[in-house]
Amino acid sequence: MLRAENITVHFGRRTVLHDVSFDAKPGALTAIVGPNGSGKTTLLKAITGEASHDGQVMLNDRDITSAKPWELAAIRGVLPQATPLAFPFTVSEVVRLGLISGVTADQAAIIPAALSRVGLTDYGARFYQELSGGEQQRVQLARVLAQVWEPISEAGPHWLFLDEPVSALDIAHQLQVMKIARDFANAGGGVVAVMHDLNLTAMFADQIALISDGRIVAQSTPDEILTNDLLSRAYNCAVQVNTPPPSGTYILPQMATMGAH
Amino acid sequence: MAMATEVPRGVYLAGDRSHQANRLTGALLVVLVAAVLASLAIGASGTSLWSTLWAFLRGEDLSLRDRVVLWDIRLPRTLMGALVGAALAVSGAIMQGLFRNPLADPGLIGVSAGAGFGAIVAIVLGGLLPLALQDVLGYYLVPFAAFLGSWASTIILYRVSTRKGHTSVATMLLAGIALGALTGAISGLLVYIADDAQLRTLTFWGMGSIAGATWSKLLTAAPLMIVAFIAAPFIAKGLNGLALGETAASHMGIAVQRTKNTAILAVAAAVGSAVAVSGGIGFVGIVVPHLLRLAVGPDHRYLLRNSALLGAALLLVADIISRVVIAPAELPIGIIMAVIGGPFFLWILLRRRGILDM
Ligand SMILES: Nc1ncnc2c1ncn2[C@@H]1O[C@H](COP(=O)(O)OP(=O)(O)OP(=O)(O)O)[C@@H](O)[C@H]1O
Ligand SMILES: [Mg+2]
Repeated sequence: MLRAENITVHFGRRTVLHDVSFDAKPGALTAIVGPNGSGKTTLLKAITGEASHDGQVMLNDRDITSAKPWELAAIRGVLPQATPLAFPFTVSEVVRLGLISGVTADQAAIIPAALSRVGLTDYGARFYQELSGGEQQRVQLARVLAQVWEPISEAGPHWLFLDEPVSALDIAHQLQVMKIARDFANAGGGVVAVMHDLNLTAMFADQIALISDGRIVAQSTPDEILTNDLLSRAYNCAVQVNTPPPSGTYILPQMATMGAH
Repeated sequence: MAMATEVPRGVYLAGDRSHQANRLTGALLVVLVAAVLASLAIGASGTSLWSTLWAFLRGEDLSLRDRVVLWDIRLPRTLMGALVGAALAVSGAIMQGLFRNPLADPGLIGVSAGAGFGAIVAIVLGGLLPLALQDVLGYYLVPFAAFLGSWASTIILYRVSTRKGHTSVATMLLAGIALGALTGAISGLLVYIADDAQLRTLTFWGMGSIAGATWSKLLTAAPLMIVAFIAAPFIAKGLNGLALGETAASHMGIAVQRTKNTAILAVAAAVGSAVAVSGGIGFVGIVVPHLLRLAVGPDHRYLLRNSALLGAALLLVADIISRVVIAPAELPIGIIMAVIGGPFFLWILLRRRGILDM
């Protein structure tokens, strides 16, 4: 269980999150959606202990501010919106950085397994800096997966915190990565993902927190959040759910099947 | 998630260079032993000492002259060269990991200047300390002051150039220049007020050489360097994590602040004591880790120990060259390293331009 209560975050004089409460269950994929600058990344940073905040965050019944970094690393992996990398590491070596931080550090076989999960089977020997943006993002996901490879252990459920895991990816890899997150949740782990693509969110999320201007507008199931009224207000843009355009082309991830053509 | 299948023994993962790094450690050990023996055997004393060395290693009695040359001159000098080389290379590798940049070299960004400043202050103003304190510190005063100087300059540099876990190399280099200018100015002032005896010490010290190595010098500098060598393996994993930035490192379970503090103290100890006894030999800290990263990758668990071995061997070889190239006179080793290191550094800049965010 992840429970964040009364989270307030200030950057200088600006208050970016106002008394936000948020929770996520293991076994579920919880999406955080909202417009640019609404505070999604900040909320994720608060619940991973990265941004200093008022309020309390409990992960698996532990207050994260009192937990040691390595205790947290054993039960949760964090994929940031962007990750810089100094020095010419190979793809395998980047994934190994994740592996050796987790509880399955001695299982080297996880490295190729994680790479194959994100569709980078033959990339192990390539240099990270020489990959495309989307490939780099998937290597980072493989690194995080290698850190918390098992979705659940005696220590309780494990967690993935993903900030826009699919924003740099093509449609096939978007589906692949969302399926990884889905499988992790189905196997008993918890997933919290910041999302921009509302279609993918509708397809894969069990719970959605809609955030706007540093406040949670609502947190509930996709059916209840993805409504004309709530979305139009939050995004300040009139949207129409489940309404095909009268003409023109549209492509929905809902109708796509990976690896088939 | 499906259990990963076992990787069979002896089969290596594509892109995993750890076994090459381990093999390189073995090779470097052999090279270092060879360099130590060569450094003991080759010198300006006219006769080659290979046969003497061989006799010494077999425990035979030596002539007095041979014993003095071998035991009182070459052995401390060799050990000092190996220690200083290892210290400079390891601190280069640690600094580069800490600053997340392959150009962070103690000599380049003012850490050696800070250490030198500490040493000069100790030499000139040490006499002003209460006698009791002078007694306690004794021979250790200069290395200790150099340690404080390099520690302070590392901290200042890190604070100035690192914002929110991102180090700006431009700021780092410029701050290094500013710091170097400032310490240089104050050092100049101190030289101006120094008396004759102090001036003599300063001149000897400033020549940047390990030619004056004695057992007592070695014993004053070795402890701090050894402390740094002992600390290094404990921060290797942390430095690996830092390559992904401070936040990612902390999410991977690394105690970031502790890693940074240990790294800064280890660098200060190693550079401080190396500068205190050798006057600051440039480029070792940048050439050695860079070559090793090219050869077997940036993983600090192997990089640090391989840097120590290669740094030691490189400095010994440079020292041997300095002894024979214009024998019977000696070239300062700083010149040899600059001749090797200067072009190498330019080459890094040319190669790296555009790939790394500088
Ligand atoms: N380090 C910072 N200092 C000052 N203000 C910040 C900082 N980080 C974020 N902000 C501000 O806080 C607000 C929320 O930022 P946040 O990154 O959480 O947005 P977001 O919802 O993740 O947006 P996006 O969809 O663009 O990723 C923004 O107005 C932003 O300008
Ligand atoms: Mg964001």
